[in-house]
Amino acid sequence: MTTLNSKIPEGHLYEKWSNYKAHQKLVNPANKRKLDVIVVGSGLAGGAAAASLGELGFNVKCFCYQDSPRRAHSIAAQGGINAAKNYQNDGDSVYRLFYDTIKGGDYRAREANVYRLAEVSNNIIDQCVAQGVPFARDYGGLLANRSFGGAQVSRTFYAKGQTGQQLLLGAYSALSRQIGKGTVTMYPRTEMMDIVVVDGKCRGIVTRNLITGEIDAHFGHAVILATGGYGNVFFLSTNAMGSNGSAAWKAYKKGACFANPCYIQIHPTCIPVHGEFQSKLTLMSESLRNDGRIWAPKKAEDAEAIRNGKKKAQDIPDEDRDFYLERRYPAFGNLVPRDVASRAAKERCDHGFGVENGGAVFLDFKYAIERLGKDVVEARYGNLFQMYEKITNDNPYETPMKIYPAIHYTMGGIWVDYELQTTIPGLFAAGEANFSDHGANRLGASALMQGLSDGYFVLPYTIQNYLADELHTPRMDTNSGEFAKVKEDVKAHIEKLMNVKGTKSVDSIHKELGHIMWEHVGMGRTKEGLQEGIKMIQELRKKFWAEVRIPGNANELNVELEKANRVADFLELGELIARDALHREESCGGHFREEYQTEEGEALRQDDKFAYVGAWEYKGEDVEPELHKEELKFEYCELKQRNYK
Amino acid sequence: MSEVQNLNLTVKVWRQKGPKEAGHFETNELKGISPNSSFLEMMDVLNEQLINEGKEPVAFDHDCREGICGMCSLYINGHAHGPDDHVTTCQLHMRKFKDGDTITVEPWRSAGFPVIKDLMVDRSAYDKIMAAGGFISVNTGGVPDGNAIPIPKKDADEAMDAASCIGCGACVATCKNGSAMLFVSAKVSQLALLPQGRIEAARRAKAMVAKMDELGFGNCTNTGACEAECPKGVSISNIARLNREFLCAKFQD
Amino acid sequence: MSNPNFLSSSIGKKFLMSITGLFLIMFLAFHASMNMVAIFSSEAYNAVCEFLGTNWYALAATAVLAIGTLVHIAYAFILSVQNSKARGNNKYDSQVRPASVEWASKNMLILGIIVLCGIVLHLSQFWYKMMFAELAEMSNEFAATDGAAWISYYFSQWPVVVAYIVWLVALWFHLTHGFWSALQTIGWNNKIWLPRLKCISDIFATIVCCAFAAVVIVAFCQSL
Repeated sequence: MTTLNSKIPEGHLYEKWSNYKAHQKLVNPANKRKLDVIVVGSGLAGGAAAASLGELGFNVKCFCYQDSPRRAHSIAAQGGINAAKNYQNDGDSVYRLFYDTIKGGDYRAREANVYRLAEVSNNIIDQCVAQGVPFARDYGGLLANRSFGGAQVSRTFYAKGQTGQQLLLGAYSALSRQIGKGTVTMYPRTEMMDIVVVDGKCRGIVTRNLITGEIDAHFGHAVILATGGYGNVFFLSTNAMGSNGSAAWKAYKKGACFANPCYIQIHPTCIPVHGEFQSKLTLMSESLRNDGRIWAPKKAEDAEAIRNGKKKAQDIPDEDRDFYLERRYPAFGNLVPRDVASRAAKERCDHGFGVENGGAVFLDFKYAIERLGKDVVEARYGNLFQMYEKITNDNPYETPMKIYPAIHYTMGGIWVDYELQTTIPGLFAAGEANFSDHGANRLGASALMQGLSDGYFVLPYTIQNYLADELHTPRMDTNSGEFAKVKEDVKAHIEKLMNVKGTKSVDSIHKELGHIMWEHVGMGRTKEGLQEGIKMIQELRKKFWAEVRIPGNANELNVELEKANRVADFLELGELIARDALHREESCGGHFREEYQTEEGEALRQDDKFAYVGAWEYKGEDVEPELHKEELKFEYCELKQRNYK
Repeated sequence: MSEVQNLNLTVKVWRQKGPKEAGHFETNELKGISPNSSFLEMMDVLNEQLINEGKEPVAFDHDCREGICGMCSLYINGHAHGPDDHVTTCQLHMRKFKDGDTITVEPWRSAGFPVIKDLMVDRSAYDKIMAAGGFISVNTGGVPDGNAIPIPKKDADEAMDAASCIGCGACVATCKNGSAMLFVSAKVSQLALLPQGRIEAARRAKAMVAKMDELGFGNCTNTGACEAECPKGVSISNIARLNREFLCAKFQD
Repeated sequence: MSNPNFLSSSIGKKFLMSITGLFLIMFLAFHASMNMVAIFSSEAYNAVCEFLGTNWYALAATAVLAIGTLVHIAYAFILSVQNSKARGNNKYDSQVRPASVEWASKNMLILGIIVLCGIVLHLSQFWYKMMFAELAEMSNEFAATDGAAWISYYFSQWPVVVAYIVWLVALWFHLTHGFWSALQTIGWNNKIWLPRLKCISDIFATIVCCAFAAVVIVAFCQSL
């Protein structure tokens, strides 16, 4: 029986992290090299953790499915990273960043974790500057900032529209340095297939070499999963093609609780879907909302004329444009949080005011160009405009961008305590893979912050509190015992996949799953829709195991097999998402139940019933999972209806 | 998005079982490709078609599909990342092609990047070069405030331009000498331009060049083909800076 | 340069190519301006020939020049072999030269070989019959110091003229790339100067090659 102990340290909110660090157990330098740590994933959280732990002297093994750690999908983050530096003298503080994050997350995150995140945010900027990250600077040579959604201060640091890339390359360079020194061994093109639990503690992982198909086992005194989110359950998302939820799912099936799977962020500014062969959606940075104005036609006939190609956006005069975000939320305007902006776009399109097949609204820079001049706009967003034009063949300097919400980020993930340890001792989760800091909705420029915070400044401390007691655990033989058994299980699972020998491609089934998820577990969820969705997913899962076709062999490079393995997990994870959404009879952040909304259509929380983290425990195949609740106590900020008016 | 007629295409794809095996071209006919789809989506359609015919799909590298991870790496109609400028393969769109076109798709070909399978190549040499010196030697923690050292905007911007390299390998693929100078110079430049990286600039330049040579990459003969095909427009002026850094470092030895 | 690895490094070898190349470029500039004298006055030209032919400094410079040339050629081959190895055995089925890439830059070796052939021809016709003849005290149709006579003798023959023009065209291509490329290799370049240096290279190559060609053409015309 699993119990959730969040292990929040004693003391005032401001002192919790200091207290923790002052009293935690540490491993002395000579002993560190006797301890093996496995890091799965090499993005901001994984790469930073592997590098930092290597620097400390631990013996680190880092795994990624890509050909190089530099390709992790953290690289695609565009806009920026938040920190409470208050360089702009605009009233920012650690508390304010904490408060904005809690509020932005619709009061569904753990206060102590979020405060720690806000606290270390400043160290992250310093660290990245020292690593050579070329953040944007003003003419005086000091760091520049821009604004992001959900905040009334400018606290976002950025490197053109490639902030994620630059931060990841910073972590990658630190990781490369450790690889060169031999403290970290890198295993690229290697996929984690399962974790190994011995006597209740996580002791290692089993992997598949994606080139040779070889199944190997690796021992670690502790294992960190930094494997990102599971947005690709929806097939179409802003995630990378290879992003998957398998590592987290395997951990779940071995006993780690999975928290809040229904909290999925839908990003308001993505390039709309163009056709049935579309493989992914491209995000247009939230930073565009600094200067771009979002609108839909006021008159349904105008919207229809645009859809039919009879009118162009430019033909609609200002008085016939509905700047619906500015209209509904005058205080925050176009810079409302993502969940609010996404729902507002959906609301307009559902009422027939959408353009481009009805599934798009406009993001217009005409006004910014009039106000600032084309040069300034180009300097700020040039590379994003170029990207938009390459994809759509439309010039955003002349005609407004068309945007629509798309699946972007998963706030839910593996349940972790304050130390980022899961319910399996020795198994830790970091970055998007865990559920900890964003509650029900993540603010822009906070994902990079959280990934790096976990990797650089949290795990290197908290993991030692666990490892200090593991000094006497000898390295285990990975060819016998539990390791050998898990290897056999993995081989059997692959064999089962290969032996289906059906007629359907993996992608075709994945697309079907995506449709079900988007229709029934998407932006607006209902009880009936979710119940039907669960049934459909179960049927699709049966179909998958009866009809999927994987050409080639298992003991060689086999991309279809890789995909099938991931989709098999998505087919189970999708159901858990729906189940979680069904049980959470309220609307909060990224989770919107149509039954629970205010008269104005805003999310309506049910704090008396649902102010908890819903953590699901696996109980076996075709058995309903068990829900554990971690009550959320708000001692330092008052639970309020979010108001961005 | 403009509505244009769908395309029928002949796609000539390089097939190669493994690194040691001989490869060959395979010709496939594709029908009804939307000009608004990306090149890789066209490849998805091709693979779907192959799977439905009971054949093995074409292996190719790709991941983020938004032009930043650097994983996609196809040599299309004689150009690294295809005929469009400043895009990666995943950002190349089919509207760049005409109905009835024959498209030749090859892997990066260079001794430094051996083929793994079909269109997939091994670029781990880049990681080895990075591990030799592509970093600033700072540990986590104990660093000064981010604003402690002001950096002239010009230098920061120039460093950013160099840092925009995505490590895709188009420069090596397109260089007649299989030289990795643009890749190495971008990293050396970025870090040499910043005061934080200046401190070990000499050591870095020597270490990275030595590793690059050791791994068998060719010499730069300043053709500029790398810059022309670089999806991020990294300038060969970085190569001049690398030369400068390297020569100064060597003369000081 | 205490480090023995300098010349085994790729940039070290390229540095040697650049330095020798720049040295040869200076020599060409000098040679071209000397040649121009022949257009205006045979006597003056012969005076220059006589001065250089008997001057030990000039002889020493010739030796250095010869060594420089040999190093330039030797390393050209060493680098080319290395580069073709780095390129690998698999050739692209189709490869298009991007518009911004100079044709010359991709054909420097072949251009160099044409230039080398030209040099061999030129040396056998002039240097061997002049400076070498003077040193070895050989006797030929014309006096070793009568450069003007040798000029009008050879350049009255049209096949020689054609060979020289081909040689000079190759030299022009070689120089347009070689000049800025040498500066780039020694690190003397940046984003602003890159286009400027390319332009200077073109102007320089054009002036030098036209100067050489002028002597050949004027001599040929005079023989008609």
